[in-house]
Amino acid sequence: MGKGLITLRDYSRKEIEEILSLARVMARDQRTGTDIAKGKILAALFFEPSTRTRLSFETAMLRLGGKVIGFSSSEGTSVGKGETLADTVRTVSQYADLLVIRHPREGAAQLAAEFSSLPVINAGDGSGNHPTQTLLDLYTMIDHLKDLEGKEIALVGDLRYGRTTHSLAPALALFGVKLILVSPQELRIKNEIKVELDKHGVKLRETEDITEALDADVLYITRIQKERFPDAAEYAKVAGSYRIDRQLLGKRTPLIMHPLPRVDEIAADVDDLVTAVYFEQAGNGVPVRMALIVRALGLGG
Amino acid sequence: MEQMKINRIRQGTVIDHIGAGKALAVFHLLGLKNDQTTSVTMAIRVPSRRMRIKDILKIENRYLDPTETAMIALIAPQATINIITNYTLEKKERVKLPTHLEGLLRCENPNCITTALREPVQGKFTVIGDSPLRIQCDYCLTIIATEEVERLFLRKI
Repeated sequence: MGKGLITLRDYSRKEIEEILSLARVMARDQRTGTDIAKGKILAALFFEPSTRTRLSFETAMLRLGGKVIGFSSSEGTSVGKGETLADTVRTVSQYADLLVIRHPREGAAQLAAEFSSLPVINAGDGSGNHPTQTLLDLYTMIDHLKDLEGKEIALVGDLRYGRTTHSLAPALALFGVKLILVSPQELRIKNEIKVELDKHGVKLRETEDITEALDADVLYITRIQKERFPDAAEYAKVAGSYRIDRQLLGKRTPLIMHPLPRVDEIAADVDDLVTAVYFEQAGNGVPVRMALIVRALGLGG
Repeated sequence: MEQMKINRIRQGTVIDHIGAGKALAVFHLLGLKNDQTTSVTMAIRVPSRRMRIKDILKIENRYLDPTETAMIALIAPQATINIITNYTLEKKERVKLPTHLEGLLRCENPNCITTALREPVQGKFTVIGDSPLRIQCDYCLTIIATEEVERLFLRKI
């Protein structure tokens, strides 16, 4: 049996690079498609809405010649009737060859892996992990910057509740980058993650001021959610001060990334810059997830 | 030396070198509150050469299993367990902090999958630091510090 992916926390840089190089092979022939997963079924269990992650997993499986079953919200399923995750997972394991799970609670993918006889890929669990997003983020950065060693990466926005940066920051630490963590006071990165970053000995500085990060090699922008603030006025003030537009960037050309969806945090006038790569980044989700499926199904690639 | 204020026990277990003020927590976690037949002597904040002040718990006719010893280590990492037979010390050992905890506590993160209704899992933690004590949930990776560990224990009891 192949290997699932619950978290990248116990992965070495070498293991991550192996997945990324398999993804590069997948990228080469993703448009023509292959049939190496012919006859295989991927079960996509999305207990929480998702657009990019779900669609790119489906696309990845279809490009590999396999089929997809699943649901995209718990409404109308046995989960809505009160079934436990453990039971859902044991049932679906009887049908498919691989499970992909997105769940609103932290640790759900880990639990699924314990109860499933199939490999499990974590497509996001609560504010915990989002390892497939991290891999496509790394893939995109390496594509543009070649070597990440010594590069300055600024993570901007909600660093407290967003699972994207929880996953990305520790993985980046393996690649010898310098981190700038830019967020309002109330959305600073959790202590748990900082402990991890310290363990890796990564150079990092924290600031509330976006202008201190504009000279970084990468600006990785995340959405600041309204519901994190006690009142609308406070939210508007904070969100506004982290907005990236052409005027703010001036002549600087950092790589601009975003896990999407964006709301106002990147102005539309930034989209035309060649260094604004967020749609390409989302596109990279397909070859990366193809690689993860191939690996999970033990297809060798 | 000052006269001991509490009596020796004939047989059972003496838990010595409990951090000052922690004996009550140990009493609760061993379920002694509901054990009507066991006689227990408790000393709180008595002088100690090693610890300056300490708590002691003497339990007649009761012996601890490894899980109980592990739990005590979480609350009283310096504690020693003395097995008494016929008023004499038969065995003495220091509690040892386990590397892994299973089923003793539930995660305090309300959004952790292990706290979801009816999921058939128990809390699992890895001990990541001993002084001060820090444990980490194997599922949601929440780190819990000493005071929180105690609070979770007591809530359970």
